[in-house]
Amino acid sequence: MGDAISHTVLPGIAIAFLVTGSREPTAMLIGAVIIGLLTAFLVQVIETLGKIETGAAIGIVFTVLFAGGLVLMRQAVDHVDIDPDCVLYGAVEFAYFDQVTIGSFHIPRAAVVNGIALIANAIIILIFYKEFKITSFDPALAMTQGIRPSMMHYLLMTMTAATAVAAFETVGSILVIAMLIVPASTAYLLTDKYGAMIMIAIVIAIIGAVGGHISAVTIPPLFGFTGTSTAGAMAVVVGFLFFLAWFFSPTHGILSAAIRQKRVQQDIVREDVLGLLWRLEERNQTGRFVSIESALCVSKRSVAVAIRQLRKLGCISNNMSPCALTGKGRAEASLIIRSHRLWESYLDTHFPQDIHQLHQAAERLEHVTTAQMQSRLGDVEKDPHGSKVPPPLGG
Amino acid sequence: MLVLEDYNTRVVILGVMALGIAAGLVGTFLLLRKRALTADALSHATLPGITVAFMVMVAFGMQGKSMFGLMIGAFVFGCIGVLLILGIRRTTRLKDDAAIGIVLSVLFGLGLCLLRLATEMPSGNAAGLNGFIFGKAASMIASDTKVIATVALFIALIVTLLRKEFTALCFDEHFGAAQGWPILRLDIILMALVAVVTVIALQSVGLVLAVAMLIVPAASARYWCTKIGSLLVVSAIIGCLGGWLGGVVSALVPRMPTGPVIVLVCGGWFIFSFIFGPIDGILFRQWKVWRLNRRVAMQHILRAIYEVSSQQKDCSFEELVQCRSWSKKQVHTLLRRLKRKNYISQQKHRWLFTESGAREASRVVRNHRLWEVYLINFADIAPNHVDRDADMIEHVLGTSMVEKLEALLGSGVDLTSPHPLGDPA
Repeated sequence: MGDAISHTVLPGIAIAFLVTGSREPTAMLIGAVIIGLLTAFLVQVIETLGKIETGAAIGIVFTVLFAGGLVLMRQAVDHVDIDPDCVLYGAVEFAYFDQVTIGSFHIPRAAVVNGIALIANAIIILIFYKEFKITSFDPALAMTQGIRPSMMHYLLMTMTAATAVAAFETVGSILVIAMLIVPASTAYLLTDKYGAMIMIAIVIAIIGAVGGHISAVTIPPLFGFTGTSTAGAMAVVVGFLFFLAWFFSPTHGILSAAIRQKRVQQDIVREDVLGLLWRLEERNQTGRFVSIESALCVSKRSVAVAIRQLRKLGCISNNMSPCALTGKGRAEASLIIRSHRLWESYLDTHFPQDIHQLHQAAERLEHVTTAQMQSRLGDVEKDPHGSKVPPPLGG
Repeated sequence: MLVLEDYNTRVVILGVMALGIAAGLVGTFLLLRKRALTADALSHATLPGITVAFMVMVAFGMQGKSMFGLMIGAFVFGCIGVLLILGIRRTTRLKDDAAIGIVLSVLFGLGLCLLRLATEMPSGNAAGLNGFIFGKAASMIASDTKVIATVALFIALIVTLLRKEFTALCFDEHFGAAQGWPILRLDIILMALVAVVTVIALQSVGLVLAVAMLIVPAASARYWCTKIGSLLVVSAIIGCLGGWLGGVVSALVPRMPTGPVIVLVCGGWFIFSFIFGPIDGILFRQWKVWRLNRRVAMQHILRAIYEVSSQQKDCSFEELVQCRSWSKKQVHTLLRRLKRKNYISQQKHRWLFTESGAREASRVVRNHRLWEVYLINFADIAPNHVDRDADMIEHVLGTSMVEKLEALLGSGVDLTSPHPLGDPA
């Protein structure tokens, strides 16, 4: 929806301009806000009355309104000083030349306009912090608390439209979307706390803005160009930060997830090696040469890593192969075997199935059984295969 | 048709008509697949593609504005955009609209940066690249139109060949998968077609409005027909005519940019369809509701007369008014309607049934009773509570339903009411 609203800012501004005949910012702001609300309303109407899905409804409304805006602007080109290109991507590079005087300070007008938007947004969010939080996560709960989600929705849309207008002069209406969505999405991938998310998004947006302008001015000259669009560079910088978070976020990043998964897989291999060694001892086959990797159907490398880890943990004696369990190793392994065999008998009692399936299920469950869980699996002498169940530690 | 005499206008109009057909066809499936906004992101993602293609071509000393090269660049980056959206959606907890917004704005920003750089490149003239954002149909030449027409034909062919598969993809992908169709590949083909249509739309309507050509004609078509085949045809026609009319208007009226005018024409037709379309159009829906209300009111008055005059042979106006919460004026109107249909006749100030009226009334009352008895016997509802429910259901019991109820309850159902009458429940 933010996408649609920022597109329809164009016709809003065009109409306001035609009506008032001036580039007075308040008039344009009002025009844009009105059209922002109109957009939200039309989308709603088309969706519910016209029975068209949301995305298509948004697409229809914003393209038709945008087309209308373009036609209006071309029609009134003699009176209007607005260039559609400028509206699309702004002209912040020229902010320096357009300054207003406040007191004894000369401040770029763009800074004043955006500053006012910033303060207004901050105040509204601080006042309605709780309401926004509840309506975002649980609209039904919000209604029971007496807060109306629809009102907060329209308030949010109004703030979006107003911010889009304030920013359009700086970065143009389309890149407002970048600044609206990308820092927030990046923050979403970095934290799970609502307040922290807002703070991180602000920080990323600042980095994007400042970094964007600096890159736009300093990087192209390295390749023989004079410079490039600041607005575009801002979008690229925040996009890059998003990309970093996407892959490297410690909690949600793709790479972190892959690393975590690998670690869990290695843990499982390690426990399986222990289990295998224990079973060999049980059958008095320790003298035989056994290829662990083919017995467990895993890679040679993960077995090598597992053995190294077990040696470090003191579960395997440090002699050369064949590996021999130490006392500690035997104790650890017996816990796992106990879980395995107790699971088999538990499943056999409550969910009887083919004995091979019992084994398969227990193979998986043994790795995630805590001591507390184990104590609730009952206590039997033998598992369905007839093997003896190792006693618990200390017993 | 005068305008078709002018060569340039003819080129533009034929081009946008071909585009309208292709966009209408692909747009139908795009709409059904609910991927409208993904198409929007795709079109914005084409900007860096165009500029990269331009810069590469210039760097190799080729003609910088070869349409074909630019289109390839646009297509490649459009596909990259779609893949990024899918990737974000699959691997993170971000939802569709966030993924689309991110890809759209970041790639567009990248495109703008590159565009600015391209204008500074010593060789090659990048001035026209800007036109791809808002469209510059006026600068279309015959070869462009030929390319667009060829591509449109190719798209029409593919859509016709894969019509069944795309339909399965849009409505029930699991069924299609169970049938052995390669669902993922079909999805990719569909998005590739969307990318192609977007690319050929870039010159005439520009990338911001390209998605309009895909969605608006297809959305309008759904108010006129329900079958897929008809949807495809109607959508293509609307797109084609929209292109034609938009092109004509923009040629005749000064200072009307072609792309936006085409979109406005399509939008106008959408509004018309939204209101007047026979399928789900507002006017038709209201008319159906009005018609149903009329029938319901008639059946209510018939039943009221029947129940009131069950002891006497006739009934008075005041007795009828008391039956339900209707006004005297409403009863007047209904009685007049019944009289016109020859269901009742008036004797002094009392009303009684004619033969046809009596028959119709007993049919209506029987439906009501059938439902009441059904609720009492099969839904365990107390006899005092069944009247309100039957009051609503009786009007929509079709003949087959009535037959089933008769069979189920036996002919033991007579017309006496299981609950006390005359109480406005």
